[in-house]
Amino acid sequence: MLHLNNNASKIKREILIRLTKLQLEGKLEEGAHYIPREMAPRGSEPFRCCIYHDREILRQRVIARLGWGLEDYDDDKKLADYAKEALEREAPTWPMLTVLDEACNACVKTQFVVTDACQACLARPCMLNCNKKAIEIKKSRAVIDKDLCNNCGLCMTNCPYNAIIKIPVPCEEACPVGAITKDENGKEVIDYHKCTFCGNCMRACPFGAMMDKSQLVDVIKHMMNGKKIHAMYAPAVAAQFRSAPGQLEGALMAAGFEKVWEVAQGADITAEKEAHEFEERMEEGAKMMTTSCCPAYVRAVKRHVPALESCISDTKSPMHYTAELVKKEAPDCVSVFIGPCLAKRREGMDDPYVDYVLSIEEIGALFVAKNIELEKQEIMHKENNPSPTGRNFAITGGVAEAVKVRLKQPEKLKAAVINGLSKAGMKQLENYGKINSGEIPATEDTPNLIEVMSCEGGCIAGPSVITNPKVAAIQLKKYLGQ
Amino acid sequence: MKNIRVSICTGTACFVMGASEIMMLEDSIPEDLQGRMNLEIEGVSCLEKCTNHNRQKAPFVLINDNLLENATLAGVIDALRTIVEEE
Repeated sequence: MLHLNNNASKIKREILIRLTKLQLEGKLEEGAHYIPREMAPRGSEPFRCCIYHDREILRQRVIARLGWGLEDYDDDKKLADYAKEALEREAPTWPMLTVLDEACNACVKTQFVVTDACQACLARPCMLNCNKKAIEIKKSRAVIDKDLCNNCGLCMTNCPYNAIIKIPVPCEEACPVGAITKDENGKEVIDYHKCTFCGNCMRACPFGAMMDKSQLVDVIKHMMNGKKIHAMYAPAVAAQFRSAPGQLEGALMAAGFEKVWEVAQGADITAEKEAHEFEERMEEGAKMMTTSCCPAYVRAVKRHVPALESCISDTKSPMHYTAELVKKEAPDCVSVFIGPCLAKRREGMDDPYVDYVLSIEEIGALFVAKNIELEKQEIMHKENNPSPTGRNFAITGGVAEAVKVRLKQPEKLKAAVINGLSKAGMKQLENYGKINSGEIPATEDTPNLIEVMSCEGGCIAGPSVITNPKVAAIQLKKYLGQ
Repeated sequence: MKNIRVSICTGTACFVMGASEIMMLEDSIPEDLQGRMNLEIEGVSCLEKCTNHNRQKAPFVLINDNLLENATLAGVIDALRTIVEEE
């Protein structure tokens, strides 16, 4: 898997920081125009063919970072106009993910390539094992006919010289539900009906061509207009920065939020309700129940594994319950969820209590633009201290554990965890779906509570995190004990 | 054996630009370098190297008194190897 801190992600974050600085200075419209030139100055080493191509792609990245999609990209429209319209926008726009055509490498379709290591051997297992007769030996080298090849990979596994390699299409490979395919020009297109907004493609694309549409412009606009903005931070956010207890609250207040809420408070409510619901469903004779706090998972089931849909708990997510508390206390405020997740942006769109969803990258950019050092912040006293199990929702296994400790008879629980909805994870889901529908019999080992995390490792490994998940896991432990 | 002190800036800008990866240093020392230096690793609060146009060079790491810009885990290990092997 691609390293989460790579050049492509650094460029995306740098653009966010620049835009945020400009907006805070009141110069967003006039300044946005210069970002591509400043980031790819004359005489600099280009990433692509030339700095002009780099600048054009930077221009498109700026547009996505202003919260617009690139699907109806207009060559002639000035960045200043995109900025102006972003400042006039009432609400975030659908969908949350956009493809930068220009940045997309249009990775080769045929995924198997014969390298120089080919010896054109006598045995020729590549040829003999190819069901499609797609391989010929020409000029002392095996050659794959692209039109006949069906990418089965048998030639690669059978070559004694390891001469045949697989060139993957990283985004398609990362997408667990087959929502990404190529158009007639070889560029990638997302089927938003199939997409679960898990963010895997965004993380996997080495060209940074899959981008989430930022909502930071909108939030800062409200701040600058004097609206009261309440921040709700997910437990995974607390694991991102090095700081003492209460300093994250201090930093968010310094960034301009009116009040700061821990989403772990909502996680406690979710866990409590989920435990009740589990007991009820088991009494009613249900085979199994699954958790529901991961929105990418819920969407994956609704769109792709209908046989399991009845098992998803009706309990709402920690974001929802936290936002409900916020809006009860301050009905006129703007509520902003901050988390590591792309699918939460989708969930936020449907939730009446959530106005905006920011990513960790975005909140990080806001801190940098305002020169806010976490470790130098005032320590804020916390009004509510959520339980450690509520805070532990951010890591795989945390949700199931939080439910378990709240059960009257925890010994009746048989929990299983699907750690990451990769293609293999989707297969596991389908399997549980078949058990639920009776297609496959349940066995002794069939679990009755299934926790599903779309991201392997849990939310601390979400698509917009900035901190290595191993480091984040250590920091999360410290946060649990606060 | 040489004493080497690696100070990783954990200021906000450095963290946003990927400093957390370098926090994995202790567990990432390659075998051929193990036991060949007295290595001390610390996370330090903002080194204040990221003033305005220098921000693009984050993350920053201090190795003894030498400042490493655009630091990566591999880059730090490389710098350690240079120090260990220069004699």
